[in-house]
Amino acid sequence: MPEVSNVAKVVTGTSQKSQQAAYQQVVKKAEPQPPKLRNAISAFFVGGLVCVIGEGLTDFWEWAMGISHKKAADPTVATLIFASALLTGLGVYDKLARFAGAGLSVPVTGFANAMTAAALEFKREGLVFGIGGRMFQLAGAVIVFGVVTAFFVGIIASLAQMIQ
Amino acid sequence: MAEKRLGYQTVRLASPPYIVGAAAVAGPMEAQGPLGHEFDQTYPDLLAGQQSFEKAERLMMQDACQLALKKAGVTGSPPEVDYFLAGDLLNQLITSTFSALPLAVPFLGLYGACSTFAESVGLGAMLIDGGYADRVLCATSSHNAASERQYRYPTEYGNQRKPYSQWTVTGAGAVVLAAAGSGPRITHVTVGKVADLGIKDPYNQGAAMAPAAVDTIDVHLKDTGRSVDYYDLIVTGDLARFGSQMAINLAADRNLYLGDRYQDCGVLIYDSEKQDVHSGGSGCACSAIVTCGHLLKEMSRGKIKRLLVVATGALLSPTSFQQGENIPAVAHAIAIEG
Amino acid sequence: MMYLKAFLVGGLICMLAQLILDNTKFSPGHVLSGFTVAGGILGGLGFYDRLIDFAGAGASVPISSFGNALVKGALQEANTRGLVGVLTGMFEMTSTGIAAAIVFAFLTAVVFQPKS
Repeated sequence: MPEVSNVAKVVTGTSQKSQQAAYQQVVKKAEPQPPKLRNAISAFFVGGLVCVIGEGLTDFWEWAMGISHKKAADPTVATLIFASALLTGLGVYDKLARFAGAGLSVPVTGFANAMTAAALEFKREGLVFGIGGRMFQLAGAVIVFGVVTAFFVGIIASLAQMIQ
Repeated sequence: MAEKRLGYQTVRLASPPYIVGAAAVAGPMEAQGPLGHEFDQTYPDLLAGQQSFEKAERLMMQDACQLALKKAGVTGSPPEVDYFLAGDLLNQLITSTFSALPLAVPFLGLYGACSTFAESVGLGAMLIDGGYADRVLCATSSHNAASERQYRYPTEYGNQRKPYSQWTVTGAGAVVLAAAGSGPRITHVTVGKVADLGIKDPYNQGAAMAPAAVDTIDVHLKDTGRSVDYYDLIVTGDLARFGSQMAINLAADRNLYLGDRYQDCGVLIYDSEKQDVHSGGSGCACSAIVTCGHLLKEMSRGKIKRLLVVATGALLSPTSFQQGENIPAVAHAIAIEG
Repeated sequence: MMYLKAFLVGGLICMLAQLILDNTKFSPGHVLSGFTVAGGILGGLGFYDRLIDFAGAGASVPISSFGNALVKGALQEANTRGLVGVLTGMFEMTSTGIAAAIVFAFLTAVVFQPKS
């Protein structure tokens, strides 16, 4: 096995805290790093591509439903969510995400995958305990923080307007 | 001092029990690995024809037990063993408890995370040597999908794994120990202390467990007065590539040089080039199926005469991690001599 | 032209998230929640809508847009109904996304099996 050079020595006989600190340093230095540049580039390209697809879908729905470009954002989001859920069910999404990283998890596709993956995984525990009870396990935080932020921002912005 | 105790943490068995039967069963990834041909039975997918991953893991443990009993020539229903010692990774040990049900043998459930294989075999050996049993069945299992859905993320979730993360082995290993018979013998058991050197990242289990492994190996060698060279092979359970690097360094800090006689089951079980397992294997079954499937067979082929199996376990739970705690670990060692 | 802007802005937002994930100890859950909060704050300041006008789907597809949409819903209703509108209007613009996610996640879970 390859040797790790330039490591700090963990000296026995010293206090637990300093031993821990020394070991943490060793581990941090030696930890294999993810391919950061490759990941950043993949995330950029896939994220950009998903947004381009989103833009294309918006144009499509604008034409197909005869609504404004802004209003077409709604069916666009629904379409992307449907596609992500389907790919998750087919077992394909996680393979794509391994490569794409944030390129798939940041767009609304990631949100849909989090909900679908959780619902799918826990279906063995039944409709109520499993699918129903566990669906929001991963995605719940986003909704909670979004709503709480909107509450405070909404109050502050409204009060600011009133004062003006 | 109690008459069979040796040093700080080791027990020398006065009449070392024999391993009269052992079996290892494994999932598809393990079957495709370098040791695939050594396993007694493999399964084509993670469900193994069952309704859930948990039921599949149960089937694997039961199959491993039946195969081990058959090889040991133990018949009868219930089989003629005095105790069934078993453990796994699932909450409340449901793999072991539900496997114990059809066996109808007195059952002791164990939790040592991935150190359970050495814990169960060590305790089984002590029960026999202490005159409390003639024959003991010890089993351990783990299942990749079942443990991921409990400890980490749903299987279809699109997350990127870190390069030092490990892949939980799917499989089960079972061993029949007996006071009389033939086969390799368990001569010493070193029970480990829980160690914590400050690792918090649940994906970095190898680094979290390395201190415990080194501590137990060091204590075992000091207690028995043996050196690393006494053993043909010292294996740790599942430190995998990164963790075993850390172990080698920590050992060197204690003037303990592990060298060529040291391997890790998490490294042996997969082909890191061809299989996407990052640092290597982990899970209770890792040490169990590498030992039961491969190493014991190597002993019967005469290639290994003295083996030290040091199974390592990371003692965290999703709760302890979310509450910001470190990851403590434990390692138990069993000396097997043929 | 809009397609190019969507690609660049969307790509940059995702790349930023990837850099945070690879260089800090934050988990995906932390990063996505953080981006949602950021989208909400930028929405309250009026900047996020400008970004959507500029980059289209490049700004409306990432999860930060969810934070913005929640704030917009809250503010629009507050304009007409006073402070209570912050609560009553919040899900106006995000109901499609949430409903779609729940329904499609449910249907997928019922139809498919998890593999690995």
